[in-house]
Amino acid sequence: MAIRWGNYKTGPFFDELIEGRNKPRPAAKDLCQYLRSLSDAELLDYKTAASSAIHVMGITFTVYSEEEGSIDRAWPFDIIPRIIDKSEWKEVEKGLKQRVKALNMFIDDIYNDQNVIKDNIVPESILTQSKNFLPECMGVSPPLGVWAHICGSDLVRDQHGTIYVLEDNLRVPSGVSYMLENRHVMKRVFPELFEKYNILPVDDYPSQLYNMLCELSPRDIEQPEIVVLTPGIFNSAYFEHAYLAQQMGAELVVGSDLVVDDDDIVYMRTVEGLSRVDVIYRRIDDAFLDPEAFREDSMLGVKGLMRAWKAGNIALANAPGAGVADDKVVYAFVPDIIRYYLKEEPLLENVPTYKCINKDERDYVIEHIDEMVVKPANESGGYGMLIGPHATKAEREKFVRLIRRDPRNYVAQPMLLLSTAPTLIDTKAEGRHLDLRPFILSGSSVSVTTGGLTRVAMRKGSTVVNSSQGGGSKDTWIVDMEA
Amino acid sequence: MLSRVANHIYWMARYLERAENTARLIQVNTHLLLDLPKNVTLGWEPIIDMLSFRDTFYERYSEPDEKSVIRFMVMDTSNPGSIINSLASARENARIVREIIPSEAWELINQLHLQAKEDGQSVLTRRHRFNCLNRVITGNQTITGLVGGTMNRDNAYAFLRLGRHLERADMTTRIIDVRSASLLPGLADDNAAFENIQWMGVLKSLTAYQMYRQEMRLRIQRADILEFLLQRDTFPRSLSHSLGQIVKCVSELPKPEKVIESVNNVKKELQSLDTKTLKQAKLHDVMDEIQVHLLDVHNTIDQTYF
Repeated sequence: MAIRWGNYKTGPFFDELIEGRNKPRPAAKDLCQYLRSLSDAELLDYKTAASSAIHVMGITFTVYSEEEGSIDRAWPFDIIPRIIDKSEWKEVEKGLKQRVKALNMFIDDIYNDQNVIKDNIVPESILTQSKNFLPECMGVSPPLGVWAHICGSDLVRDQHGTIYVLEDNLRVPSGVSYMLENRHVMKRVFPELFEKYNILPVDDYPSQLYNMLCELSPRDIEQPEIVVLTPGIFNSAYFEHAYLAQQMGAELVVGSDLVVDDDDIVYMRTVEGLSRVDVIYRRIDDAFLDPEAFREDSMLGVKGLMRAWKAGNIALANAPGAGVADDKVVYAFVPDIIRYYLKEEPLLENVPTYKCINKDERDYVIEHIDEMVVKPANESGGYGMLIGPHATKAEREKFVRLIRRDPRNYVAQPMLLLSTAPTLIDTKAEGRHLDLRPFILSGSSVSVTTGGLTRVAMRKGSTVVNSSQGGGSKDTWIVDMEA
Repeated sequence: MLSRVANHIYWMARYLERAENTARLIQVNTHLLLDLPKNVTLGWEPIIDMLSFRDTFYERYSEPDEKSVIRFMVMDTSNPGSIINSLASARENARIVREIIPSEAWELINQLHLQAKEDGQSVLTRRHRFNCLNRVITGNQTITGLVGGTMNRDNAYAFLRLGRHLERADMTTRIIDVRSASLLPGLADDNAAFENIQWMGVLKSLTAYQMYRQEMRLRIQRADILEFLLQRDTFPRSLSHSLGQIVKCVSELPKPEKVIESVNNVKKELQSLDTKTLKQAKLHDVMDEIQVHLLDVHNTIDQTYF
């Protein structure tokens, strides 16, 4: 029978909305009161309204299967928002800016003087064995000294309420379009809540992205030609590529639309002939970017793109090689990296991370494998991980072997008890684990999205939030309680 | 505008028009079937030949009987020219340019493809065939109306119409060509009663019967019908009209000269025809020749823009 907060159990976890039995956090008070006033029928009505809005707006992500080809799945969405007080968010925002600034300085240093290695802050071995370090980028200085123009950092909160950075995605982070669309859906479904609350807007992102990309243009012209480079309709994030191109008024291109001439300039093939391109917001991985420089069999990339980029005739966002800092081993050094470049203490915490590359730490990890989350250095999407406490004996033994064989490729972290938020399951609110991915844009200045994409594990007890593995999402409200 | 995007829009429109006209082509035969006396057998083989898929057909079927030909032309996914494949290709092209065409158009194309899949079995029975094929025809007409009423008059729309009219020109010659083949083996060519019935079938399958009467004010006569369907501009499915539209579309695009020149070659040939002399064998040759010219128009478009 509808939502009764008295029955809501937070368990050992930190809950984002509920402080204790029947006690909402201050910023969530009005929301909880409102939700309690709704009947089962009304709740289902809102849920249906949200899914039909998602259907009509065509918000999808693509799942590819051999039998059925590509399928558009409706975006899974929970109608109960996640709320963060603005005063807390301001601190997170500061921490993210500091972090990304330092990471960009780190990448630029790595591809130029490598002082960070000479000064023994990070060991050289983590570069020589890094999958994402590109020797082809040595000596390049991209405009504004920025390599990772768009960064998506995953934040989690533990049982004590502390926010940690779980990882930084510096290659081609996705999800921002869903952050924007989640808000549109909520506005359609719960307009009355937006009257009660002072919720900071999020829809500024595409224009900020556009302005940042314009700053990178090698030609000093009024309207540089900006394109979004997608692997194509079979990519799981194709919706986002098309969405961002449309929102920015940029062309959405695939590799075969672009050509690099002998003059090392990038052109796109149009019905009027070749037309020069200034900035590419690329959404394909480094390895596929240029068959001339990297994987020869790449059908997605553009031959000669690296030549044009090194010649300074095209801006690439993110820059090739930026992924060197998107490595779970480098992650462990980020606090040191911040202290080294900025002479500041890190404002956001790193999750304590054991580097299997060090013998002491490796031995500790192997001994405590049943308490650890073990991650390979260069995977994303939650693939290839071991969640020690939930794994079988055979799985744990397999990971011990993997770590011994290639210690550099693994890090381990203690199992965090991720925070939860009330999520609508049928017509009841139940706690589900979640994380948060804000997006950080770096050009001549650094900006952070208001909140970010909240991803929620829809299965009870699960902490896997990836949409490819059954995760859903929530709208994220940064609420100004003083206004 | 990106060449690739233009190419997808052009082919989306071509495949939609092809599906519609293939449905019309089959309707010609179905009309005839119902009008003819019981002792006259109707040949289905020419339908396969019209679309040049003889080899593909005989790889899969032994007899060109009604069921096999319908199955092959409507729902067989191994036939590149089947209606279901044309609609699937239209859908795939539309999917790629989803951000360019109105989203309702994408939905309609998607729906049309799903509907045709569902109709796959019932189309085999004569009782349901007319309705199934008609859904394909009106489906494309609806899409045409929707894009006409909601799309910007820009290059994308020009490429869409370009694809539609080139495909329509080609298919109209094929539908006329059905009549040139011996659909009725054993019947004399000058058997007037059946001759008229057959030409009426052609007109009706092009939704041209009423318009023919209004424009030509004449009895059903081969020469007049051919003049109406080939040389006159009035009727929107006539060859002459389609060619005129192609010129109009490319004139809105950059570098139209070569395409226009290539269209003019077809036009010249078309206007020099004396429709009174176009009896079966000759009619077939002329339609063949025009199809070759239209292929040249396509190649010129392809080289100029894609």
